[in-house]
Amino acid sequence: MIELVRRPHRANMVSWGKEHLEALVLSADLTGSCEADGFREALPERFFSFGMAEQNMMGFAAGLAREGFAPWVHTFAVFICRRPFDQVAMSIAYPNVPVRLLGFLPGVTTPGGVTHQAVDDLALMRVLPNMTVLECADATDVQSVLAAAHEIDGPVYVRMLRGELPRLFDAAEPLRVGRARLLSEGDDLTVLSSGICTAEAMRLAPLLQDKGVRLRHLSVSTLKPFDDQAVREALASSRHGVITLENHSVIGGLGSAAAEAMAEAGVGAKLVRLGLQDTYAHGASCRYLMDEYGISAKALLGAVETLVGEQLGIDEAGLEPAELPATSAGQDAAKPEAL
Amino acid sequence: MRRVARGVRRRAVEHVLRNGGGYLSQACSSAELLATLYGRVMRLGPSAAPMVPPPFTGTPGKGREPISGSAYNGPRRPELDRFFFSPVHYSLVLYATLIEFGRLAPEGLEAFNRDGSTVEMIGAEHSPGIEVTAGSLGQTLSQAGGVALARKLRGEPGRTWVMMSDGELQEGQTWEALAALAFHGLDRVGIYIDVNGQQCDGPMTEVMTIEPAVERIEAFGVTARSVDGHDVDALAAACDGMPDGRPRVVLARTDPCRGLPALRARSPKLHYVRFASEDERQVLVEALRDLQSDDEPCDDEQEAP
Repeated sequence: MIELVRRPHRANMVSWGKEHLEALVLSADLTGSCEADGFREALPERFFSFGMAEQNMMGFAAGLAREGFAPWVHTFAVFICRRPFDQVAMSIAYPNVPVRLLGFLPGVTTPGGVTHQAVDDLALMRVLPNMTVLECADATDVQSVLAAAHEIDGPVYVRMLRGELPRLFDAAEPLRVGRARLLSEGDDLTVLSSGICTAEAMRLAPLLQDKGVRLRHLSVSTLKPFDDQAVREALASSRHGVITLENHSVIGGLGSAAAEAMAEAGVGAKLVRLGLQDTYAHGASCRYLMDEYGISAKALLGAVETLVGEQLGIDEAGLEPAELPATSAGQDAAKPEAL
Repeated sequence: MRRVARGVRRRAVEHVLRNGGGYLSQACSSAELLATLYGRVMRLGPSAAPMVPPPFTGTPGKGREPISGSAYNGPRRPELDRFFFSPVHYSLVLYATLIEFGRLAPEGLEAFNRDGSTVEMIGAEHSPGIEVTAGSLGQTLSQAGGVALARKLRGEPGRTWVMMSDGELQEGQTWEALAALAFHGLDRVGIYIDVNGQQCDGPMTEVMTIEPAVERIEAFGVTARSVDGHDVDALAAACDGMPDGRPRVVLARTDPCRGLPALRARSPKLHYVRFASEDERQVLVEALRDLQSDDEPCDDEQEAP
């Protein structure tokens, strides 16, 4: 049984703030929704509300960072990457100032429908020079990503998770920038997953093993820079090909990064990019959307079967996330219908 | 300050003559404003930058220490003021002002708009006198607000000044920033706006009016004063009484042809002035002669803006 951690960021941001006096939290009317309410209560003198005005908040964050403070911007991923894109590019990324942008409810994890679904944020942030792009896959990642981002000399965009999160990785093994987590070894297929899709691949891997198909599965936390040697080697050494699985458009995110790396290295393997296939989505539950847009364990199984060229006869009932709450990652059971 | 402003206009005209065009009306409208900021309003230390600007060395990035144009405005100290220059299309005017105040060598302007130079036409944060990269207009005020908030958290007495152009009042971010400055009580922020009524497409009244600007700004919890932007004493007095609990905006009502009546024939196309023909050039040569004489100009300086 996988441990579930309730709202890990909420407590973690408070303890981080108590240990780092230069840390500030900036929020744009989504404080509780981004689990920054604990910080607001514990350290009100270092919490700053900017209302629904993200363009201005980005500028203030840039100015504070230039002066030696460490602003942690909290809002939904869409409201970092789309609306104030020019401000993120010119006020933050260009001068390489250490603003930490925490983007909550990435991809289809939001119950808010298309306006709230950041399915393009990785593409938008990866294209910005100086920007480091990280993504959390579980509670351990969420609890350790602040320290990882803190070490980076420049702006950082983090795809955050909120609510009740599974602990997929040992709590003593923090997220490390530029280091993917090796979750299974095998030379039949290489699978790169990120974010909430990592749990999907982790469920499938042992079922495949039983059928004699061995995955080399890595969970990628660092989308940029994309220079992890272990990832490069995994991309170059699969018998049947590579599959990427991400809660994002197949354009500009993990799938694109893998394709670029394979092409540059001259790897002549097949690549299947699972993700949103150049489409917007719509409002529904996370599990429903993961199935609809083909980013679940079931979709991964289909891609595996295509690459190995045979049906494996795996019972799809075993692919459901029995260990996760019904509301799933990103949607807090405490407020399942709220933003 | 009138002599400084005259020098700013003269350098701008000389430059435009050499280049066949330039942002000239901006010099006419804002010469007194920038002269007053540097000469009467801001408490700045001496320039900490080379008199002749260095060449461009690269964009900011990991492990690279970029050149900062802010060093021309002196060192950063708690008691000193900071200056943020938002309308970087006015960069020529800022460079000319820095020369007049001895912060930049006259020959520094020779690198203006030259490939590989930091003295860019639309300056960025490596350009003399410029601290943030402001060419996407409306972004500076928020960044200056962040700096002012940091200074407030540290208890610094120094003030933070921002120069803006009136067109930036069309950007939504400017209003977000004014609301935030007032909400967070940043009353050591002073904003001087050159209200010359001109923008790229023509007169602002025909493109998108910002009036009534005083009432709009006051409604955001910011003190707004409207003054004759060519009256040095009025410009300097407009920031009296700071800090008073509210951010301050000074609307400098200006004339985009002030000191250069020859420009009037170009109205309303004043944003970027080109002098293509010899006749047009001759008009400017004569105007330059007027500006170079020691006499007070005999143009329309008494005319209300």
